[in-house]
Amino acid sequence: MPTVGVKRDLLFKALGKTYTDVEFDELCFEYGLELDEITSEKEIISREQGDSKASGASDVILYKIDVPANRYDLLCLEGLVRGLQVFKNKLEAPRYRRVSPLSGEPQRLVITEETAAVRPHAVAAVLRNITFTQERYDSFIELQEKLHQNICRKRSLVAIGTHDLDTVSGPFTYTAKPPAEISFKPLNQTQEYTATQLMGLYKTDSHLRHYLHIIEDKPLYPVIYDSNGIVLSMPPIINGDHSKITLKTKNVFVECTATDLTKAKIVLDMMVTMFSEYCSQPFTVEEAEVLYPDGKTCTYPELAYRKEKLSSDFVNRKVGINESTETIARLLTKMCLRSEVTGVGDEIEVEIPPTRSDVIHACDIMEDAAMAYGFNNIPYTTPRTYTVANQFPLNKLTELLRQDLAAAGFTEALNFALCSAEDISDKLGKKISETRAVHIANPKTAEFQVARTTLLPGLLKTLAANRKMPLPLKLFEISDVVLKDDTKDVGARNSRRFCAVYYNKSPGFEVIHGLLDRTMQLLEVKSERGDGYHIQAAEDSTFFPGRCAEIFVGGKSVGRLGVLHPDVITRFELAMPCSAVEMDIEPFLGRPAETTLTHDVPLHEVIERHFPSQVPNSRPTSTKTLFGDVSSAAGLKALDDFLADKSYMEGFEATRADTTMFDAIPSAPSSTFPHLLRWYNHVKSFLRERANLPSAKSQFVLEEDDDDIDLFGSDDEDDCAEAEKLKEQRLAEYAAKKSKKPALIAKSSILLDVKPWDDETDMAKMEECVRSVKMEGLLWGQSKMVPVGYGIKKLQIGCVVEDEKVGTDLLEEAITAFEEYVQSVDVAAFNKV
Amino acid sequence: MSDAGVLETLLRRIEAADGGVDSLETASVLGVDHQVLVGAVKSLLALEDLIAAELRSSKHWELSGEGTEIAEQGSHEARVFCSVPPEGLPQTELMKLSFGKIGFSKAMSNKWVKVDKTHEGGPRIFRSVENIEDQVRDKLLLVQKGNASQLEEKEKNELKKRKLLSEVTVKSYWITKGSCFSTTITKPETELTPEMIANGSWKEKKFKPYNFEALGVAPDCGHLHPLMKVRTQFRQIFLEMGFTEMPTNNFIESSFWNFDSLFQPQQHPARDAHDTFFISDPALAHGFPLEYLERVKKIHSEGGYGSQGYKYDWKIEEAQKNILRTHTTAVSARMLYKLAQQEKFTPAKYFSIDRVFRNETLDATHLAEFHQIEGVVADRGLTLGDLMGTLHQFFTKLGITKLRFKPAYNPYTEPSMEVFSYHEGLKKWVEVGNSGVFRPEMLLPMGLPEDVTVIAWGLSLERPTMIKYGINNIRELVGHKVDLQMVYDGPICRLES
Repeated sequence: MPTVGVKRDLLFKALGKTYTDVEFDELCFEYGLELDEITSEKEIISREQGDSKASGASDVILYKIDVPANRYDLLCLEGLVRGLQVFKNKLEAPRYRRVSPLSGEPQRLVITEETAAVRPHAVAAVLRNITFTQERYDSFIELQEKLHQNICRKRSLVAIGTHDLDTVSGPFTYTAKPPAEISFKPLNQTQEYTATQLMGLYKTDSHLRHYLHIIEDKPLYPVIYDSNGIVLSMPPIINGDHSKITLKTKNVFVECTATDLTKAKIVLDMMVTMFSEYCSQPFTVEEAEVLYPDGKTCTYPELAYRKEKLSSDFVNRKVGINESTETIARLLTKMCLRSEVTGVGDEIEVEIPPTRSDVIHACDIMEDAAMAYGFNNIPYTTPRTYTVANQFPLNKLTELLRQDLAAAGFTEALNFALCSAEDISDKLGKKISETRAVHIANPKTAEFQVARTTLLPGLLKTLAANRKMPLPLKLFEISDVVLKDDTKDVGARNSRRFCAVYYNKSPGFEVIHGLLDRTMQLLEVKSERGDGYHIQAAEDSTFFPGRCAEIFVGGKSVGRLGVLHPDVITRFELAMPCSAVEMDIEPFLGRPAETTLTHDVPLHEVIERHFPSQVPNSRPTSTKTLFGDVSSAAGLKALDDFLADKSYMEGFEATRADTTMFDAIPSAPSSTFPHLLRWYNHVKSFLRERANLPSAKSQFVLEEDDDDIDLFGSDDEDDCAEAEKLKEQRLAEYAAKKSKKPALIAKSSILLDVKPWDDETDMAKMEECVRSVKMEGLLWGQSKMVPVGYGIKKLQIGCVVEDEKVGTDLLEEAITAFEEYVQSVDVAAFNKV
Repeated sequence: MSDAGVLETLLRRIEAADGGVDSLETASVLGVDHQVLVGAVKSLLALEDLIAAELRSSKHWELSGEGTEIAEQGSHEARVFCSVPPEGLPQTELMKLSFGKIGFSKAMSNKWVKVDKTHEGGPRIFRSVENIEDQVRDKLLLVQKGNASQLEEKEKNELKKRKLLSEVTVKSYWITKGSCFSTTITKPETELTPEMIANGSWKEKKFKPYNFEALGVAPDCGHLHPLMKVRTQFRQIFLEMGFTEMPTNNFIESSFWNFDSLFQPQQHPARDAHDTFFISDPALAHGFPLEYLERVKKIHSEGGYGSQGYKYDWKIEEAQKNILRTHTTAVSARMLYKLAQQEKFTPAKYFSIDRVFRNETLDATHLAEFHQIEGVVADRGLTLGDLMGTLHQFFTKLGITKLRFKPAYNPYTEPSMEVFSYHEGLKKWVEVGNSGVFRPEMLLPMGLPEDVTVIAWGLSLERPTMIKYGINNIRELVGHKVDLQMVYDGPICRLES
């Protein structure tokens, strides 16, 4: 928000009234301004440079007023006073007029085509017979500066030059030349410099050096000459000294050069409307002609008054008041928007002056009416919007879990999502390339190089900052990390993690392990292989060798726990042993009834538009499956039977086996197939993310004619690397699948009883041995220990085999080979699938 | 004498005494160290109302070791004088005496002796007066006899300076009978035991009183982070008001959703590298809804839907740039776009509380990331009064009832209002949040019906938390530099009180 400094006494004189600070603050508040500070030049200097420098500085009271960023018409004393006077009904908004010069010949500015590559636009106008005083002059300079900093975006979009017209003679030429060929005496310098020299000179200028980059690397620099070859300015850097404005200047030539014509027009309008007040004919501006390289001529300033029609009902309805059409017209007029009741219904015609470039829609007019009415006079009402609240499932789970983790004796930490690359890589003994980290392009310090990919460094830093606290320190955090993910529109996604650390004189792995057990208990996951969770030794450079385990839930890895590597401990400036656990919590979410993730919406839409080949059901698929033709009732019946006791085609989660089967079914099955229908609807919810699903282990759908299937159709976006990669991956998968090309595969589900030698046999080891048996067409399933007596247990383990490849005798032979553990193997059950 | 013996003797003396006994006196009578007697008094005091003891302290002067020596043998200078026989003494001889050096200089300054430096065989000391009066010794003797009060303060201080005297504070007890005085001691039980409950002996026992002045043992427990406690409360408030939580778990956002879809022009200063974190990897976003993107492009560059637009050259390259989201309004935009894709519009109330990122200069109240609280209501025909009414309800739940609204500017809301509340402590109006009505240029390209108005407001989570928990430096609250003691000691969060 720009701040304008005005001299208080001057302001009050112009307003024709003396306010107390509090009264003026109130007036500002009502008008959407903010009296930010009451100070003086002396105070500012003494605060910034010390008392000694301040002696002799003026102690005239200054008001620093914050102005809304789109109100360029309030950036100087003249505009502020005009706005407030109109608001207080003390003044009628002036009408700004463009006039032709008495001589009849307007000033001309000719643009040459060389400017096109560097700064193609220019506009100009003349303030005729203006009277400057020191204060007016200062304000005139200050407004240029304010405009440069705000709408002109630090002169990159627009640069303003103002010149004493009587020192130069038109027509003026706006052109662009190599810097070595531009030579002139710049403002407030005593000698001539070439443009190249100037760029060097201003390198160290605290003010001008910020603008050099705009043209520095351009082959041609923009420059404006008068008809005698005198340089008016070298925009957007500096004006010439020759045409500089003084208190005695009577006629001012204003030019704005720009890369954005709309903004140039606005800036010119602002300059001339604000200061035409001091012309001999107030609020008139003398026109200037601009000639474009293509021969087109435009006259500036535009000073365009736009008319909008709106109904008072619209204003009343949007604001929530009930005022007459006349009142609303009067309110708008107070805001410098001259309004008249047209008499047609409740219509109001509003005239938007050139000073109000911020008004671009009827809603802006409505706001001005509300401001003039007074925001604080609007009665409060309660919307009748009836809605039912829902929690975001992931946050709900997080909230519930946090409470119980604190109850488990751990204290919650809250760390930054941004950190240094070192924090997530070197310090943890990892390579940054392995992290899938999102990198920040413009960090101000090393603390903001990447988004964290793990919560662990934050917790370790929290420990380091709290080493004075009594041991043990037990901390946890549930928060998001960020990982690159090609399937998302932005190429990255958040992942909700749970991390905890235990810091004490002994590593306390059992404490962290116990916390994991407790967490699983809270999440209703049992400690067992298969559907439950178990941990298994793992290698990880962050952890002490042999002291790290991977956490598996339902057979899938969700995180790790262990004792930290001493190098990691010292790199985080810690001294004690420390154990930690970090895991994903999203897998425990269960599937919410409705996917509410917004980023799926656009992605889905774009998939349909851009990759029509990938849209579900869009490619013709075979209806021939292992269950028969699913376009026939018999096929559907067989599939329905198959799904009677299964959630998915394979395993415990949706895979591409499900989506492929889904595609094969021509239309939603009828309710006569309840199991199929349930499955169908469930699988439908996965279609948007089908590309992310695990691939199918077996082929349920049979292809009619392999060669004709074009998996990707014609793809316009072939140059897109991502698409290409995806395509290759798909083709590889497809080729792999095709090479197997099994016909109907007969399978059996077998339950084996494996008996140990005695009660001292290591059953876990035995199970490991059994599971280590690997054959093509063999898939191990769930297992359990069944007591047989005298403390002896037998291992009961299930498996699915392809009949052609694996026989039971083969299997028994392979298992009894572990004679150290296995006494005998029996087939407890055998079923054809 | 055994400890028990001291206790009994003491009790008997108290019984016999009229009014009470002094511990110091009793100790000297019994011939035990005073400290032992004090121990006895303390243990008797622990028994309820057996005795009463009043702490008394008295000061007296005592001689130091050197002082005692002087009281016995005279001051050093007097001893020097006495050592010098009438025929004199060689200075070297005198210096060999233990008191020689100090005594000599004092005796010289008293002019009791003189030195003949020219004497053959080295300097020799002679008496210069006939008799002396050893005042130092006399004074010390007075003190030793317990008559220190006869000396003037100045004199005592003079002797104290010479380390001959010291002032000693003696603490003693004045012991009297308590209301339950008896000469026999029954030891009370400290705690109730399972045995006492089993055999009923608790009925006869006396129990030692608890000291209720002391603090209890701190429970072994975990703690929730203060900022998260406040977040929970804000979440609760929104849920109470029927708002549905938005999925804000996407820190990385495209400029398109963060700015362009909100009708924030591409040259807006907020989109500068000074204010926004841009992402170098993955640098660009893909997969925008293309028709919508075209409509957004048009409203920026040409206008439409009754708007003049910004009339500039809108570039997709700028919209594609990935950033760390600068506000959760990016998610609101996605949600509203999704709402607009519904076949039939249904009213919606959304909220979120999550992290946002600004590439700002850090100080005591600003961090590069903070939590934004946001509420959004979309319905047909909402008014500015509705927004103010909703804000009033929301802030009332925070315990803030006095609100005032100031016109403000925001590229994507019109009208825009800053919300001020009257701070009773500071006695002034302070800004508590921002609010507004989303511009039609943002909503209509999404495809929302024309009569749908969307009101929204936002505030930071950190500011109310810092006020609530009295924290001045934001770094003590958020991030690894957190003061864990503050987390341990933090109270529960009740925003309305």
